[in-house]
Amino acid sequence: MSEYEVLRLIWWAVLGVLLIGIAVMDGFDLGTAMLLPWAGRTDVERRVVINTVGPVWEGNQVWLILGGGAIFAAWPPLYAVAFSGFYLAMLLLLLALILRPVGFKFRSKLSDRRWRAVWDAALCAGGLIPALVFGVAFGNVVQGVPFRFDDTLRVTYEGSFFGLFNPFALLAGVVSVAMLLLHGAAWLACKTEGSIAARARQAGTVAGLVLVVTFLAAGAWVTQLPAHRLLGAAVTDGPSNPLMKQVTIVPGGLLANYAAAPVTLVAPALAVVAALLSVVVLRAGRHPIVAFLCSGLAIAGVIATAGVSLFPFLLPSSADPVSSLTVWDASSSRVTLLVMTVVTVLLLPVVLAYTAWVYRVLRGKVTTESVLRDPHGVY
Amino acid sequence: MDVVDLSRLQFGLTAMYHFLFVPLTLGLAVLLAIMESVYVTTGRTIWRDMTKFWGTLFGINFAMGVATGITMEFQFGTNWAYYSHYVGDVFGAPLAIEGLMAFFLEATFVGLFFFGWNRLSKVQHLFCTCMVALGTNLSALWILVANGWMQYPVGAQFNLDTMRMEVTDFSAVLFNPVAQAKFVHTVSAGYVTGAMFVLSISAFYLLSGRNRALALRSMTVAASFGLAAALSVVVLGDESGYTAGQNQKMKIAAIESMWHTEPAPAAFTVIGLPDQQAHTTRYAIQIPYVLGLIATRSLDGEVTGINDLVEQAKQKIASGMQAYAAMQVLRRDRTDAAARATFEAHVGDLGYALLLKRYAPGVTDATPAMIDAAAWDTVPAVLPLFFSFRVMVVLGFYFIALFGLMFWRASIRKLEAWRPALHVCLWSLPLPWIAAELGWYVAEGGRQPWTIDGVLPTFLSASTLSVGQALISLSGFVLLYTTLAVVDVFLMVRTVRHGPEALQPPPVMPTLATHAAE
Ligand code: HDD
Ligand code: HEM
Ligand code: HEM
Repeated sequence: MSEYEVLRLIWWAVLGVLLIGIAVMDGFDLGTAMLLPWAGRTDVERRVVINTVGPVWEGNQVWLILGGGAIFAAWPPLYAVAFSGFYLAMLLLLLALILRPVGFKFRSKLSDRRWRAVWDAALCAGGLIPALVFGVAFGNVVQGVPFRFDDTLRVTYEGSFFGLFNPFALLAGVVSVAMLLLHGAAWLACKTEGSIAARARQAGTVAGLVLVVTFLAAGAWVTQLPAHRLLGAAVTDGPSNPLMKQVTIVPGGLLANYAAAPVTLVAPALAVVAALLSVVVLRAGRHPIVAFLCSGLAIAGVIATAGVSLFPFLLPSSADPVSSLTVWDASSSRVTLLVMTVVTVLLLPVVLAYTAWVYRVLRGKVTTESVLRDPHGVY
Repeated sequence: MDVVDLSRLQFGLTAMYHFLFVPLTLGLAVLLAIMESVYVTTGRTIWRDMTKFWGTLFGINFAMGVATGITMEFQFGTNWAYYSHYVGDVFGAPLAIEGLMAFFLEATFVGLFFFGWNRLSKVQHLFCTCMVALGTNLSALWILVANGWMQYPVGAQFNLDTMRMEVTDFSAVLFNPVAQAKFVHTVSAGYVTGAMFVLSISAFYLLSGRNRALALRSMTVAASFGLAAALSVVVLGDESGYTAGQNQKMKIAAIESMWHTEPAPAAFTVIGLPDQQAHTTRYAIQIPYVLGLIATRSLDGEVTGINDLVEQAKQKIASGMQAYAAMQVLRRDRTDAAARATFEAHVGDLGYALLLKRYAPGVTDATPAMIDAAAWDTVPAVLPLFFSFRVMVVLGFYFIALFGLMFWRASIRKLEAWRPALHVCLWSLPLPWIAAELGWYVAEGGRQPWTIDGVLPTFLSASTLSVGQALISLSGFVLLYTTLAVVDVFLMVRTVRHGPEALQPPPVMPTLATHAAE
């Protein structure tokens, strides 16, 4: 294996880790926000719910920002095609994400009832819309997206906004929403007590079961979907120019990687088993932290499943298969990948270390008493 | 308006909007760290109260900074897809490093800044505050490394196989002199903004006779910090001018509205009325020597005028056309040695050939008239640059004077004695924002018609979108941002009005509270 090939594989793995990082870290506060109107019935209860993520959501959201930045740095064509192609979906995502920071910060500044109701709605939408858009986007990626490059590598997207919401993509959207709901519910079960925690456990049970059912349904569905396949031996260390390869489309080929390397079946198995385990632990009502770890693993399983199914493709094109982006032709140059690898190896452990410290400082449950006792230290 | 214009408008508006919050975050973060350090070293609780009070305002502003920053991070992909493809290999790295090194730091510790007062020791809490301040400054560093590269694209080369710019020397990108000049100037501008904010609001309290103890101390800190920052913004603004003079000659010539090359040392046009059509500056009042000194730091360096720079652009376009023609040959036959030699000799000017795409999509078939038009396109809009720059500079000197005055009043302990000064402080509140926005206009507008100076024209950088899509997003941003601006100002004013006394519990709705206590 050449150095360039190894670097590309590393960054394919890092891409996966980042997506999982986003879904696990930012995911539980998206899930918590979605649950807000339901888990918190009174104003104080809602403040308890908000304050479970109050001190950490900001750091969590950086996973999302880093995800954007890292795709830009390591997979520039992917960044260009995905973000401009899904233009209006991205806009929707952005507007929802903008509501979150201000919602968290502004809601408790006034005690007016309507004011708070508006921000509650905004926070809930700010959780639901990103979860849905991510899922729908994934659902479209798996099926192939209608774009093509011209010979100067300018991309044109040929689909429409409403075309994104096709049945399979919507199913993927439900998977994504259920997954983050389960994760958020498990988080609330850890950080709250009494009736809030009880409602969270209930919501988590439903979400977990929906997740398993829709995930399996999506798995059955993809066996029927056409898949992209590289023709000829892959050039793994050539220039990053998508137009230099040959691609064909085969029916029902999305599961080929699992046949070729059965060990990868771990990913879907993990998704199902961990989700079920999370539900069981939530029902049992003890050690909610285990349920939270399991929901995190389930997320990792779902995302890894998508990654393995597509490999070596990152973003298949349905309009012009040759334009498809793969791990071998959509990366940055060798130098950039190398620099980024060094930087990540140096900095990520530091980030993880202080993040862990912050979570340790903040350990313990948030209760109505703690919110009422320290009102201007909290949201 | 086409998609490019709409995208420019959207990017310009959202960036300007983001930069309403950024400088205040930069300045206040450092001021908070200073105030809290005094608390930790002296143990006087008033300094803790000050940290908390200004911290509350900081928090409202920070939330808006984060919310609007996310837009910026994604907009390169959504609206500037060809740009992202063309320079992502170079430009993406600083953005990603910014996330890893700076955003994580500020965003993780800002949670403990607000939520950690009862959970941490004094020193631990101070540590968190300092990490927030460090994070915001590092974030400015990395984004300005990225932006500096757009102004002066070093350490990268066009790759024929991938049709994009690729990094050849990462340390050149990192230690780009333009980026360094921008960083210090922009960060100092942020410090000025933070200091002015504290100064004005303290003046408001002193004028209305409230919170004297807090306001006097805050004002003293703000005046001294602000004086240092204002001095450095002017000195380092000069540095910005010098690096631009070295590397972006067209920008400097446009800022100075200098149409003809003058014999060295050039005179500085204090004021006048640039006329872009007639290529002249009317009613100009000039000071001899000064421009030459600023732009070249010598008495014999020549500052080239716009007309001559356009002539140079014509030559670069001709040279770029040769590179473009050779590139077409090489696309068909990679082994053509003659074409490769021509290509390598002229690839540095390839960007200038791309300017022709607006007139002749095939580039190589451009007529002399088209080349002429493309060369004149390299001149940015002179009049707004000319005036924006002058207003920024005047404000720079005004800040030195104002902070200097207040610093002197503070050191003789007479801050309250002369009320007109307090009124001036209060009404000067918006000025740093005006200076900073104009500064960005000078930096970005002066770079036009390029997104990457000399490499990629703006009109080629945009995504292939429909006008409808661009209109929807633009109006979405305008609507949401306007609403948020109203809410933000409302909350800021309310917090200031209520003052530090009101840092009492925000009232819990009684009915709901009893309900929950059951
Ligand atoms: C000179 C400073 C500066 C400049 C030119 C920019 N920013 Fe910024 N940005 C900051 C200084 C900053 C900051 C001080 O670090 C902020 C502002 C307030 C805040 O909360 O952090 C921030 C926040 C912020 C965030 C949220 C970070 C978080 O969650 O903590 C993102 C994603 C961006 N910015 C991205 C951008 C992009 C893509 C820009 C370029 C187009 C940009 N910013 C220009
Ligand atoms: C937050 C501070 C910033 C402000 C206020 C700002 C302002 C502007 C303005 C006014 C324009 C439109 C210029 C014109 O069309 O005449 C613009 C364009 C642009 N700027 Fe900035 N800018 C900022 C930071 C940045 C940074 C840090 C980058 C890159 C890292 C950047 C990249 C661009 C790009 C890609 C365009 C679009 C192309 C163009 O129209 O020039 N900007 N900016
Ligand atoms: C004598 C005073 C000043 C001088 C000589 C000066 C000079 C400059 C120059 C030459 C640029 C353009 C740099 C480029 O094109 O790359 C610039 C940009 C800028 N200026 Fe100033 N400036 C002064 C005062 C101020 C003040 C008082 C502020 C704000 C408080 C400010 C904020 C900015 C900002 C935010 C930018 C854009 C970022 C950058 O390019 O560095 N400037 N300034």
